[in-house]
Amino acid sequence: MDLRFTPEEVAFREEVRAFIRDNLPPEIRERMRLGHPPRKQDTIAWQRILNRKGWAAYSWPKEWGGPGWSPIQRMIFLEENLSAPAPEMLSFNITMIGPVLIQFGTEAQKRRFLPRAANLDDWWCQGFSEPGAGSDLASLKTRAVREGDHYVVNGQKIWTSTAHNADWCFCLVRTNPQAAKRQEGISFLLIDMRTPGVEVRPIISIDGSHHLNEVFFTDVKVPVENLVGEENRGWNVAKYLLGNERTGIARLGKSKERVRFAKEVAREVRKRGRPLIEDRAFRARVAQLEVDMKALEITQLRVVSAYAKSADGRPDPLSSVLKIKGTELLQATSELAMDVGGPQAMPVWQQELAQLANEPPIGPEWAPQMAPNYLMLRAASIYGGTNEIQKNILTKAVLGL
Amino acid sequence: MDFDLTDDQRLLTESITRLLADQYAFDQRKAILKSSQGWSPALWGKYAELGLLGLPIAEEHGGFGGGAVEVMLLMQVFGRHLVLEPYLATVVLGGTAIRLAGDAGQKGEILPAIASGAMKLAFAHYEREARYDIADVQTTATPKDGGFVLEGAKSVVLHGDCADRLIVSARTAGGRDDAEGISLFLVDAGAEGVARRGYPLRDGTRAAELSLSGVRVPASALLGERDNALPVIERVVEAGIAATAAEVVGAMEAMQAMTLEYLKTRQQFGRPIGENQALQHRAAEMLVALEQGRSMAMLASMMVEEPDAAERARSISMAKVGVGQAGRFVSQQAIQLHGGIGMTDEYAVGHFFRRVMVIEHLFGDTDWHLDRLADQVA
Repeated sequence: MDLRFTPEEVAFREEVRAFIRDNLPPEIRERMRLGHPPRKQDTIAWQRILNRKGWAAYSWPKEWGGPGWSPIQRMIFLEENLSAPAPEMLSFNITMIGPVLIQFGTEAQKRRFLPRAANLDDWWCQGFSEPGAGSDLASLKTRAVREGDHYVVNGQKIWTSTAHNADWCFCLVRTNPQAAKRQEGISFLLIDMRTPGVEVRPIISIDGSHHLNEVFFTDVKVPVENLVGEENRGWNVAKYLLGNERTGIARLGKSKERVRFAKEVAREVRKRGRPLIEDRAFRARVAQLEVDMKALEITQLRVVSAYAKSADGRPDPLSSVLKIKGTELLQATSELAMDVGGPQAMPVWQQELAQLANEPPIGPEWAPQMAPNYLMLRAASIYGGTNEIQKNILTKAVLGL
Repeated sequence: MDFDLTDDQRLLTESITRLLADQYAFDQRKAILKSSQGWSPALWGKYAELGLLGLPIAEEHGGFGGGAVEVMLLMQVFGRHLVLEPYLATVVLGGTAIRLAGDAGQKGEILPAIASGAMKLAFAHYEREARYDIADVQTTATPKDGGFVLEGAKSVVLHGDCADRLIVSARTAGGRDDAEGISLFLVDAGAEGVARRGYPLRDGTRAAELSLSGVRVPASALLGERDNALPVIERVVEAGIAATAAEVVGAMEAMQAMTLEYLKTRQQFGRPIGENQALQHRAAEMLVALEQGRSMAMLASMMVEEPDAAERARSISMAKVGVGQAGRFVSQQAIQLHGGIGMTDEYAVGHFFRRVMVIEHLFGDTDWHLDRLADQVA
């Protein structure tokens, strides 16, 4: 038993770090360091740089443009990328539709979609949740009816992240409402977002941003060749997608980067005449977060190391521990960064900046972005299977209750 | 990075598990607890036979030549059974002090005696007013006639009542909280001027108050460098933290297993209480805490031999906090999920609860270590 990384793993980390340092455009890094989410063009630009290096599709086999890394290498890569901080690869492309097509797609589908997904030539979004189907996904109602060489899709999806940026949507639809079990009447379709009858309506979230959408399908014609896997077997595809690639689920690199940032800016902020970084209460809070991050780091290493050795490649139910603790830490670290900003974290001033170009800024440049980050991350314990659903998974899969 | 155990390590765990399954069932433990010593000399002999007392002792001194991982595995199984014997005091704390600070003669005499079960040690360091501060030593050692005279008192000395020899820290120079000026001495428990008052801690393990009045020891009783024992004391405390962290993991595993069993069998409203989601989620949260705690106990054992003192101390403090919080959470949930039966002395869960509680208050509690980490935030 040895918790240290091997010399090869250390060298790999150095290689990744050096590549990111030398190739991440400085203006993207600086925006992200100040807490801004990556813009569409930032995500595309960075994923293409990584793809030229052969790293963007980090979890795919070499045959389809991946680097053929071990789970431990993937974990190191993701952590370095988040720590940089650099935009994350678009998960819909890399950890969702890519592995699904590699597992279930036809040769034609793979050839058509995989290279474009790796290079972010197509921006994918996920059409799973519906107004009546959240955690209970199998109750989804969006209907697809086969008519000759295409399906006609009618229904509504919701919480569709970045649908307004998307070229394609992978979608769960009901093809057999009469199936004995609800899970047996669902199919997995690829829908071109430019097809007539697809309408995207924005949902503005509590952070003030447009990230989420409703997507309406009205008599949308989808060619039969865009069915993934067999008709009415889409639930298996969805289960594979949701269980696949849990390496990065804790997003620990992000939490580490945020604590580092909070400590950095806590040197600029004053409390009772001294830098905040010298404050006991602040230091104790940071120390507690660092303890929790260290525990999660080792738990993650244990899960990844077990996954690397498992023969069946099935996700470890303990990855639910990573999801729960990882998102709790993302939330706690975003709270810390916001609290360092204090009152200066509260103003909404980006929009007014243009008009007030001659006025001095209200506070430090980073501060106003801290509240929206905090607000947006309340979603972390909701998406990807709520933390309560994760506890249900642990209850059944590990505890046998 | 590697989380696999060697075949030898697996065998070690299996043999200890077999022995304790046979000898340390809850009722057997209760009988041991009620005995006059509060632990079992017969089992102590068994541990010696199996090589457990020499586990971290070098082969040249009659030991098994194991390291921190072996001790971790043993303590984890000990934690599942709430072992009462003075293993921590003798092998972990005492053994570490001798191993790190002893000269050839001291090692040659004491380490084989630990391994064979012939000698029990106690680490008589903490004092009443010191709380958890390891440099706060008021006991004095004054040079006299080529030796030293010890004067002072030690508090909550683990298994201090049964030890044959005491490792006593005392000031040979400096003021009360000075890092420099502390020395360690080997003192016969029966030496003139040594008085011991034994008592059980809340978990039933034994401890003692120790008073030293005019205790004369020869120069050869000095263990390690004069005036410079603090680094050794730190290492001994760290070894204690790593070992008890593993013990807490074992105790948490036992409490989790007991709790799950109870959730599956206890019927209320005509069905097992484990069908209630409120209780299921508590059980899931126990699992999360247990796994996080297990990770931190591993960290402690991996880092206990780390040469970089600052990095070692920081990791060990992190582990103490992580395991302390996990242990407190898991044990509190275990009682809550058991309901009334969890409050009774005749039921096992409360015994695990108390062991975890006592361990949290050894070697610096959660707040103390969190505070130390807060000092180092940079």
